[in-house]
Amino acid sequence: MIDDIQKNILREVADLYKIPKGAYNIRANSQSVARNTTANIDIISKTDKSGIDIRIKPGTKNEAVHIPVVISETGIKEVVYNDFYIGADSDVTIIAGCGIHNCGGQDSQHDGVHRFFVGRNARIRYIEKHYGEGDGPGKRLLNPVTEVYQEEGSYVEMEMVQIKGVDNTVRTTRAELAAGAKMVVHERLMTHGEQQATSNYDVALNGENSSADVSSRSVARDNSLQVFEANIIGNNVCSGHAECDAIIMDKARVISIPKLDANCVDAALIHEAAIGKIAGEQLIKLMTLGLTEQEAEEQIISGFLR
Amino acid sequence: MLEIKDVCYKVEGNNGEKSIIDHMNLSIGDGKFVVITGPNGGGKSTLAKLIMGIYEASQGQLILDGEDITAKNITERAKLGISFAFQQPVHFKGVKVVDLLRLAAGTKLSVGEACTYLSKVGLCAKEYIDREINSSLSGGELKRIEIATVLARGTKFAIFDEPEAGIDLWSFQNLIKVFENIRETINGTILIISHQERILNIADEIVVIENGRVKQHGSKDEVLPGLLGTPSAANFACSILTGVKK
Repeated sequence: MIDDIQKNILREVADLYKIPKGAYNIRANSQSVARNTTANIDIISKTDKSGIDIRIKPGTKNEAVHIPVVISETGIKEVVYNDFYIGADSDVTIIAGCGIHNCGGQDSQHDGVHRFFVGRNARIRYIEKHYGEGDGPGKRLLNPVTEVYQEEGSYVEMEMVQIKGVDNTVRTTRAELAAGAKMVVHERLMTHGEQQATSNYDVALNGENSSADVSSRSVARDNSLQVFEANIIGNNVCSGHAECDAIIMDKARVISIPKLDANCVDAALIHEAAIGKIAGEQLIKLMTLGLTEQEAEEQIISGFLR
Repeated sequence: MLEIKDVCYKVEGNNGEKSIIDHMNLSIGDGKFVVITGPNGGGKSTLAKLIMGIYEASQGQLILDGEDITAKNITERAKLGISFAFQQPVHFKGVKVVDLLRLAAGTKLSVGEACTYLSKVGLCAKEYIDREINSSLSGGELKRIEIATVLARGTKFAIFDEPEAGIDLWSFQNLIKVFENIRETINGTILIISHQERILNIADEIVVIENGRVKQHGSKDEVLPGLLGTPSAANFACSILTGVKK
């Protein structure tokens, strides 16, 4: 059974207003509460530890898998291992996401370890949203680990979003790319209050003509702290780009550590990092359109984090 | 009617206080197309920013339709009907052209309506409506989008700060047509800061500002010949000599 609080969280993390079409596994308070498989997508519970295997047959096109996680009881601490086996030449969308509703006094924590084995010439779009709510003193903690192994000619696009309510998060993403593989990562993050968020990327471009584009846009408000570390390793003829763009407000702190490791004379690697407050002329322009300073600020932030 | 009464604007410089606007008095009538011109550093852009409220006057009063707006901030003045097209348009990461036009119009403009404003400034609307307002757009494109935001506001008093600055000759040729047709779009007073003869030529009135003061203010026919050695100057001179105004 899914209650109203859980439904609300599902809307926030997976844009789910009802049970989705296609394959899904909905996990609520450490139990699988709903699951569906299709002819091409199988979901199997792991027997040795908590988690599932998602197996997508080669050549599967235009299908989606939803695997949202909801925690609405206080004091739950879990580590979940999900493995995705994506068959060659498939083209699928995977919507993950975790929402924690914690009104209690104890911390709630979900650490998802996701591994992606992406077959030759397969394409995936992976969307992961994190969200926290509830007014108890117990913290909402999320520490996702994502490992991506891309075979030749595969394409992975990842969209990671965390806008609200997560007290502490350490995101670790590791990727290894074979020849002609491409990875594109867009991270969107907003922290407020006393929140802390760390994001580490290690992308190894091992194959000839592999490429990666890792970009982060973030807004740090109040007393929050963000640390962004992107490490791109070029081991072959390849191109890599890492970008961190942050708006800093109030008494927040943002640390950006771009790191490039070129291990081949034909590796073309670029990093860009910019941290700054909202530009005064942006506020003035929107105020000349009739917005108040606060409204202008909201518009600038929501555009930036789009 | 906008009245500028004894307005001063001073800044702190290396050699002490410097007067940028010096006891200026100026009236701009309703529905007029007024071009402000004059040498660089004379105070033109500063005056425009004082009217919008981006700068605060050190002294004097600004009266819009009988209401003293001197103490009002930018937002309040915008809501009273003043618009401003910046000389150097601002970039916004993630904000799309259509978003800015919607904010300008203050309503949920349809894509079709938003496109109309872009077409009026000579942009092929479909190509631009979903573009982000960032450095991928050229100076000329940003300038046109900036002008489109003022058109979308449709207010009674629109200020354009050097629309020709920073754009290439070919873009300018097209831009000038926008201003030639602007009266059909803006039903109110238009105040343009410009050095361009073709823009001066379509003015009702010209104001020459130098050293923070109004050096000259009159109809185009009165002021322009003194500024330019052009055929229109010759015509005007002839009309004075023969006593016949052309």
